[in-house]
Amino acid sequence: MLSKIVRTVTNGFMPIIIIFGLYIIAHGHLTPGGGFQGGAVVVSGVVMLLVAFNSQELKKSLRERVLSIMESSGALIFIGLAFAGIGTVFAYNLLVGSPIFGHIPPTGPNPGDIWTGGVIPLMNFAVGLKVIAGLSAVVLALALFSSGEEVEE
Amino acid sequence: MKRQVTGLILLLVLVAFLVWGMHLTHPFGYPGASDMDDYMIENAQEETGSNNVVAAVLFDYRLLDTLGEATILFTAVMGVLLLVRASKRKENNS
Repeated sequence: MLSKIVRTVTNGFMPIIIIFGLYIIAHGHLTPGGGFQGGAVVVSGVVMLLVAFNSQELKKSLRERVLSIMESSGALIFIGLAFAGIGTVFAYNLLVGSPIFGHIPPTGPNPGDIWTGGVIPLMNFAVGLKVIAGLSAVVLALALFSSGEEVEE
Repeated sequence: MKRQVTGLILLLVLVAFLVWGMHLTHPFGYPGASDMDDYMIENAQEETGSNNVVAAVLFDYRLLDTLGEATILFTAVMGVLLLVRASKRKENNS
């Protein structure tokens, strides 16, 4: 465990990092970024926690079983949305023009509207959930393993 | 010696199959490199409703490839967790 200064700064920065990562995920269909990139930003915050506190402290709040369930549910949402358009073709974007995320922006540069994109925002959310949970589980498991701690089943 | 000859024959068959398959695809340089880009840049916004054309390609036009990417991530995480747990259990038993 590092000094109190490092821990305090980490505690202050952690919400900002999480909000920035979630912003990148939520605006994946409007601005550069997306599920993978935003998830990596959030996981960088988890790694910062892991450096500031040690892995035993982090194990109390981040359960590996919960992370596994989160990752699997992200994968299931992804595949379910891909199969939802099977009536036309696999991975058909069936939500364009529908009431949910259905607005169609004008062609060319425009400010953008969050309520557009069909299944793309939902896919970004699923992939973000998957990346956050998966990479956090890997980092936590490797840290626990290298410190000789018991890995929770 | 026999195994090496068998492996060589299998390798030659594989190479011949790949070269034959290469000739069945489009000729080199067709379709022109910019045809697909122009189509996606012009039509992505009205077809997918997404302002970010990269996201439109990733999650709509080429979703099957993104599915493969997600599968790779899932498999990597599963492999790491399995290996770490298995080595831990072995240490405890011995």
